[in-house]
Amino acid sequence: MKKLINSPGTVIADALRGIEVSDNRVRVDHTHRIVLRKEPKADGKVALVSGGGSGHEPLHAGFVGEGMLDAACAGEMFTSPTPDQIVAAIDAADTGAGTLLIVKNYTGDVMNFEMGAELTGAQVRTVLVADDVAVEDSTFTAGRRGVAGTMIVEKIAGAAAEEGMGLDDVASLARAVAASTRSMGMALTSCTVPAAGRPTFDLPEHEMEIGIGIHGEPGRHREPFTDAAHIARQLVEPVLADLNFGDSDVILLVNGMGGTPLIELYVMVAEVTALLEAADVRIARCLVGNYVTSLDMAGCSVTLTRAEPEWLRLYDEPVNTAGLRWGA
Amino acid sequence: MVTTATVAAWITRYAAIIDENEALLTELDSPIGDADHGANMARGMAAAVPGIDAVPTIDAQLKQVGMAMLSKVGGTSGPLYGTLFLRAAMALGARAEVASSEFAEALATGAAALAERGKADPGDKTMVDALAPAVAALERALSEGHGFADAAAAAFEAADAGREATTPMLARKGRASYLGERSVGHTDPGATSAAYLFRALQEVA
Repeated sequence: MKKLINSPGTVIADALRGIEVSDNRVRVDHTHRIVLRKEPKADGKVALVSGGGSGHEPLHAGFVGEGMLDAACAGEMFTSPTPDQIVAAIDAADTGAGTLLIVKNYTGDVMNFEMGAELTGAQVRTVLVADDVAVEDSTFTAGRRGVAGTMIVEKIAGAAAEEGMGLDDVASLARAVAASTRSMGMALTSCTVPAAGRPTFDLPEHEMEIGIGIHGEPGRHREPFTDAAHIARQLVEPVLADLNFGDSDVILLVNGMGGTPLIELYVMVAEVTALLEAADVRIARCLVGNYVTSLDMAGCSVTLTRAEPEWLRLYDEPVNTAGLRWGA
Repeated sequence: MVTTATVAAWITRYAAIIDENEALLTELDSPIGDADHGANMARGMAAAVPGIDAVPTIDAQLKQVGMAMLSKVGGTSGPLYGTLFLRAAMALGARAEVASSEFAEALATGAAALAERGKADPGDKTMVDALAPAVAALERALSEGHGFADAAAAAFEAADAGREATTPMLARKGRASYLGERSVGHTDPGATSAAYLFRALQEVA
């Protein structure tokens, strides 16, 4: 394993120092491993707190700043943050107007945020993001996973909170956006968790994994490696089959898993767009890049959000974070 | 009678068993989880033990363990074991010794709270499959008039049988559930670390 690290045990602490010195929009609480806005939001503004396992950067710390998150908790690699971190983040971010927790639907994240919400004195609402259509039989599993769609929820809810929307309304909005968002991902290679030192799963040269999550967990199925046009169909079809994206504007996110060159993501977005146009899906906004990653995994995911006009307005509002920035 | 000395010995022994089996727990967690159960539990128990023999009451000892699990373990095991110990602590109150039956009842309360936190039922291939039969066996043996050592032995036997029974089960909770049929044939790492709790109790009782 060759990685730009000092040792597997110090990756997260070292990276938080890097975030601190490189991003003047945020400050870092190293004790609790939380990243906070340097300029706290005005009193009376709902706070947005998220977090999760590390290894998905820029999610979540890279989305702390004006127009998006107020605080992000960094867990161990691919492991949920702990309740004491979450309580510290809520207490630091809450302005008195309440806090919305944005949680990806993984068992550990759900339980830790639930306990954090119970232990804080602040008024808290929670939105669970479960956009991954790859999990088919959600009745008999922990349910669909929260993946790249999380950043769309964070962007739109963040803009609403910035405008002064109340806690219950921001929570309803975030839940509605989450419920209108679907994703599907694939991997060309596994990722290598530093502490493990070797790839999480073996994927032969001529095969690819379809329907992956963002922690190197196995996907829906494996099949022979093929070209971008075919892969695009494998991702777009299950998303379109799961929710009606017709008669509405749609936000499209083609997300890299961390180890995919941007030029390949452009190839993918061209193919995805062609398929969506052929299916009469109206792409109103399109975002391409590595936003919700899985360490060094090569691969990508496709996310669609069925967006109401008001959501598009909020999506277009200024955002000023290390990971996403426009209009500011 | 269960005293602070019993609890200190139990927790210290549990930490040692976790330490000895860290690699095994991680190995069990590799095919059906994310290969970190051993490291996470070892980190949590390492934080739980220091000073445990000097803590004056049983509830404060259990709270120390619960907070260590909550703040050091992360993932699913942290809040689950954290809930187990914290709820057991709340059930006991500030005393340096309690009747064996009260201690057993507190563990049962903790185990029920854990199952509720994880929304898991017996048969879901989780730590509940070891914990639920163990606390039931502990309470049953005590109510039948057996001593604490015999009851702890019965609890370990039930926990270990519960652990073993998870091997053919289809996972319905946590990350293993995403594997569906592919989860069959693997022993649950959470049920294994839960069974160790009663192995440690049996050894010190």
